[in-house]
Amino acid sequence: MITNTDAVRVIDTNREDAVIVPTMNAGNVRFGLPSVTSNQNLDLPISGAMGKASNVGLGIALAQPGRKVMVLDGDGSLLMNLGALVTTSTKAPKNFYHFLFNNGVYAVTGGQPIPGSEGVTDWEEIARGAGYAAVFSFDNLEDFTTGISEVLAAEGPVFIHLAVEPEIENTPVQFRTRASRTAQQAYEEVTAALAGDN
Amino acid sequence: MTTEVYESVLHPGSLVAELKKNDVSHVVWLPDSETNFLYNMMMEEPTLDLIPVCREGETMAVAAGLWVGGANPVVLIQNTGIFEAGDSIRGLCLDLNQPLVMLVGYRGWTRRGPTPDSAGRFIEHILHAWGINYYLVETDDDADRISIAFDESKRLNRPVAVLIGTEFGV
Repeated sequence: MITNTDAVRVIDTNREDAVIVPTMNAGNVRFGLPSVTSNQNLDLPISGAMGKASNVGLGIALAQPGRKVMVLDGDGSLLMNLGALVTTSTKAPKNFYHFLFNNGVYAVTGGQPIPGSEGVTDWEEIARGAGYAAVFSFDNLEDFTTGISEVLAAEGPVFIHLAVEPEIENTPVQFRTRASRTAQQAYEEVTAALAGDN
Repeated sequence: MTTEVYESVLHPGSLVAELKKNDVSHVVWLPDSETNFLYNMMMEEPTLDLIPVCREGETMAVAAGLWVGGANPVVLIQNTGIFEAGDSIRGLCLDLNQPLVMLVGYRGWTRRGPTPDSAGRFIEHILHAWGINYYLVETDDDADRISIAFDESKRLNRPVAVLIGTEFGV
């Protein structure tokens, strides 16, 4: 399996001018994208609407067809909004890259198993069946590091399944490390960056 | 002596004209019982890009992304979808101060008398609870309230709802 930090680092290293929309563990301030990012102005963490990160990414991808959009989703998050896969494939944005951080648990609520985590769910088949143009899967850092170029050369919508080690959060929410920006600040900064103000 | 009975209705052309007047780029929507004629007309309007979703809570999130990317979206759903979309309205529209006009089919609206439909009974209470202002559009004469909603949402950086209270004529 791949550590959360290694996964977001590989993605960020290869982002160029992509907008990245992380959620849950992928957006964690200690071991997610904010801890390694090279361009915070184009990071839009989504945690306030459960399961909706890929929808936000889809909207950006459709409004900015010349720029890659990378969504860093969670397995529990995607299960809350599985229809979003079909919503995405219906519009079929060629610049859309949907990374699934599959750790098998609800990590931010203490590590309870998600439905289907005991090998029942085949995420690659779900993505193919929903109509994604290309599907990849990685379960170790070496393959992911060498394979990311092929992933980003593929025409979207692309689904990338990542087997990721769980990083369990047991600290009560009010005592956890807070992000340096509020969600509203991030929203305003990315909007301004895409408008060319930054 | 005969009495002419005339009841004004809302035609889909009036709504499409308002969307064009306000430079709407995308309609993020899920069908409801009030908007089939509107759908047909929107399909023929080249300036509007329709984005169908599977569940209403997706509409606010797709619209948020479109807005971040520089587009000018509107949401079109039924009031039952507003109930379903609660966490998206809270976590995106309200927490992010998202300027968004939501066109909402008013199922169960009681203009023609009492209805047992709880969708109509609860919707205005829910909007009041969230502090979301709204306007009722039931005839062509009311359609310009949609422009008022656009102006208000952008001026205040707030979501504003437009309740569509009448089935469309052809």
